[in-house]
Amino acid sequence: MSAPAETTEAPAPARASEPRGAPLLSVAGVKTYYGKIIALKGVDLEVNEGEIVTLIGANGAGKSTLMMTICGSPQAREGRIVFDGRDITRMATHDIMRLRIAQSPEGRRIFARMTVYENLQMGAAIDGNAHFDADLERMFELFPRLKERINQRGGTLSGGEQQMLAIARALMSRPRLLLLDEPSLGLAPLVVRQIFEVIRDLNASEGLTVFLVEQNAYHALKLAHRGYVLVNGLITLSGTGRELLERPEVKAAYLEGGR
Amino acid sequence: MSEATVGTAAAGVASDTVATSRPAVLGPALKDAVASGIITFLLLLPLVGFRATESGSGPLTLTYRFGLVAVFAAIVVVGRLLLHLTLWRPGRGVKGKAEARPRGALAEAAGAWSGRMIIPAFFLGAIAYPIVSVVLSGGLSPARYWVDLGIYILTYVMLGWGLNIVVGLAGLLDLGYVAFYAVGAYTFALLSTSVPLTDFFAGTLGQDFWPLWSFWVCLPVSGLLAALWGVILGFPVLRLRGDYLAIVTLAFGEIIRLVLINWVSLTNGGVGISSIPAISFFGVPFNADDGGFASLFGVTYDSMHRMIFLYFVILGLAGLTALVTVRLRKMPVGRAWEALREDEIACRSLGINTTLTKLTAFATGALFGGFAGAFFAVRVRFVSPESFTFMESAVILAIVVLGGMGSQIGVAMAAILLIGGMEMLRNLTFLKNEWLFGPDFDPTLYRMLIFGLAMVLVMIWRPRGLISNRLPSIFLKEKKAVSGALVKEGHG
Repeated sequence: MSAPAETTEAPAPARASEPRGAPLLSVAGVKTYYGKIIALKGVDLEVNEGEIVTLIGANGAGKSTLMMTICGSPQAREGRIVFDGRDITRMATHDIMRLRIAQSPEGRRIFARMTVYENLQMGAAIDGNAHFDADLERMFELFPRLKERINQRGGTLSGGEQQMLAIARALMSRPRLLLLDEPSLGLAPLVVRQIFEVIRDLNASEGLTVFLVEQNAYHALKLAHRGYVLVNGLITLSGTGRELLERPEVKAAYLEGGR
Repeated sequence: MSEATVGTAAAGVASDTVATSRPAVLGPALKDAVASGIITFLLLLPLVGFRATESGSGPLTLTYRFGLVAVFAAIVVVGRLLLHLTLWRPGRGVKGKAEARPRGALAEAAGAWSGRMIIPAFFLGAIAYPIVSVVLSGGLSPARYWVDLGIYILTYVMLGWGLNIVVGLAGLLDLGYVAFYAVGAYTFALLSTSVPLTDFFAGTLGQDFWPLWSFWVCLPVSGLLAALWGVILGFPVLRLRGDYLAIVTLAFGEIIRLVLINWVSLTNGGVGISSIPAISFFGVPFNADDGGFASLFGVTYDSMHRMIFLYFVILGLAGLTALVTVRLRKMPVGRAWEALREDEIACRSLGINTTLTKLTAFATGALFGGFAGAFFAVRVRFVSPESFTFMESAVILAIVVLGGMGSQIGVAMAAILLIGGMEMLRNLTFLKNEWLFGPDFDPTLYRMLIFGLAMVLVMIWRPRGLISNRLPSIFLKEKKAVSGALVKEGHG
C-alpha cells in the first residue's frame, strides 16, 4: 500500500537479485494467538524482492506460526501483512496463494497416495496446465531424482526426495515468493546441502525471493542475504546473514555444536 | 526338506529357486487333512451326532445326526487341505521373497490388464445378466426373482459409487448418506402423487402426461434437490473431519428420517406414500392395452417387461455414476478431492479452495444418492421412513470400505458380495434337511452373524478393501498401479 505504483512495474518473477526499495513482503506488528495463548507478540520483518531471508529460532519460538500466519491460517489478530502492495492479513489462504506466494510447509505434507506427477500437478493447480509441461521439465533439471520417481507414489519416496518434491510442488505455481519451512528437517547433511544449493541457484539465476525458516542456523544463515532471530514470539536480532553468524548470542544459542 | 529349500533360495541360485522350492506338499497335506477330519468326526460324534429330543409328553428319544457330523468333518478336511496348500505351505515366506520381483511384475501386468478390461467386462456381464437369467430359468416370469435381485444389487452398487465420491475420494466420512437417498425418494414420491401437479398437467398436457412422465421429469429434480441438501449438510461440517464429521452426518441422517416420520401433513408420517405411478418406457406405459409397451413392440404382454426395463434403467444410472466419477477424477476438481483426502493443509497452501472442494464432493455424492432414491421409489412404488434407517447408511459405507475406498470395481464387487450374499443366505433351504439342522433351523436368522463374520475376515485379510490398488488418474508415459501394500490403511 505504501507504494502502489510498484505493483504495476513488477511483471515477471525473473528479476535481478539486487534488493529494491519497497519490500515484497512486509510483516508489521503481527500478533497471532492460539485461542488465548499468544504465539507471536508483535513481529516485524521485511523480505525484499530477490532476497533470501532466513528466520532462525528455537523450538516453540513461533517460526512456523509466523509462516502460517503469512499464509492466513491462522490469521493474525493484530498487525498487518502486506504482499506486493496488497494487504493480505484478512485474506483466505487459497486467495493469498493465488497472489503467487508458494509454501513448502513444515513436515513437507506431500500427497502420500498420489504419484510424484500428480503431486506436481496439484502444485500447478492455480493456473492449470498453462505452462505445466515446461515447468515440469524445469523441475526435472533442478531435481533429477524426481524424474526417476515420477510415477511413484509420494509416500514411497525417501525423506530427501519428499522434501525435493515439496519444493518442486511449490515452484510449480511460478511463485514470486517462496516460503520454506524447515526444509532440512530430518535430512542427511549431504541432502541438506543439495537442497540449499538448489535454493541458492534459483535465487541467483531467476531472482526468486525466498523466505526460509530454519533450525539449521549455520547453513541457513550462510545461504541468506539477511536474517532474523525469533525468540518467544518476538524478533530479537536482525542483520545480514554474515553479521548474525558472527554475533556471540547467535553463536551461543544456535551454533554451538550445530555446525 | 524345507532346510534345503532355504539354503538354495538364500544362496540366490535364481533360476533354480522356482524348481527346487516346490517340495511335495500334496501328500503330507492330504494325510494331515484326513487325519484331522477323522479326529473331528470322532470328537463330534457324541457331541453333535446324538441328540436327545423330547417327543411330546413321553420320554426322551434319541435322534441321530451323523450327516451333520460328516459335514463338519468334511469342512475340516477341506479347510486344512486348503491351508496346507496356501498359507501353511512350507518355504512359502522364503519363496515369496525370492520371487518378489517377478510376482510384482506379474501383479502389475494383471493390474494394468484389469484396469483396462475389467470395467467393460463388468458392464457387458451386467447387460447380459437379465438375458442369461431369463434363459437359465426358462421364461420371463420364472426369472422375476433373479432380475429383481439384480436391480436390488445394482441400486447398492450405485449408492456405493455415490458414497465413494464423498468417502473414498474426498476422504469425508459420511454416516448419513441414506438421507440423500431419502430426499430423492420422497421428492419423486411427493411430486408424482401431488394432486395439484397432476391436475395442472391433466389440464395442459393431457390426462396421461403426469403419471407416465413423472419419473423422467422428477429424476433430475430429485438429484438436484438431494445435491442441494448435500450442500446444506456440507456448510456446517466444513471444519470437521474424521470422527466429528461422522457423528454430525450420522445425526443428519437421523434428523431427515425423524422429519419424514413426524411431518405427517406432508409425508404422511410412518404410513408412508403409496400408489406412486409406475415407470413408463419414456411415456409408453407397461400394460396390456393398445398403445402399451407390448402392443407397440408387437410382443405378448408380460409384467416382466417393466422389471427388465427397470433393470436397465438402474444399470444406466449406475453406469452414469461410474462414468462421471471416472471423468471427474481426471479433472482438477477430482484431483483436488483426492489431495484433500491426503492433506487439507497442503491443499490450502497450494491455492485450492477447500470449502468449495468439500461442498462439491458432498453435492456430487448426494446427487447420485438422490437419483438412486427416485429410482427406489419408482421401483417399489411405495416409500416410508422405514426404508431409510441408519442400517442402510451402514451397509452402503460397508460396501465402500469393503470394496477398497476409491476403487470403482472394488465397490461394485463388494455390493455384489454383500447384498447378493445376504440374499443368498435366505435361500439356504437345504440346511433344513432332516440330516442337517432340521426343519426348525432358520438360516435367515444367521444372516447378520455371517455378514459380520465375513466383514471381519475381509478386514483381516485385506485391510484396505478388496481392491486396494489406486490407479493414478494421470500418468507420464506408463500406467502403474499403486500397490495396496503401500496404501495407508484405515485412512480416511
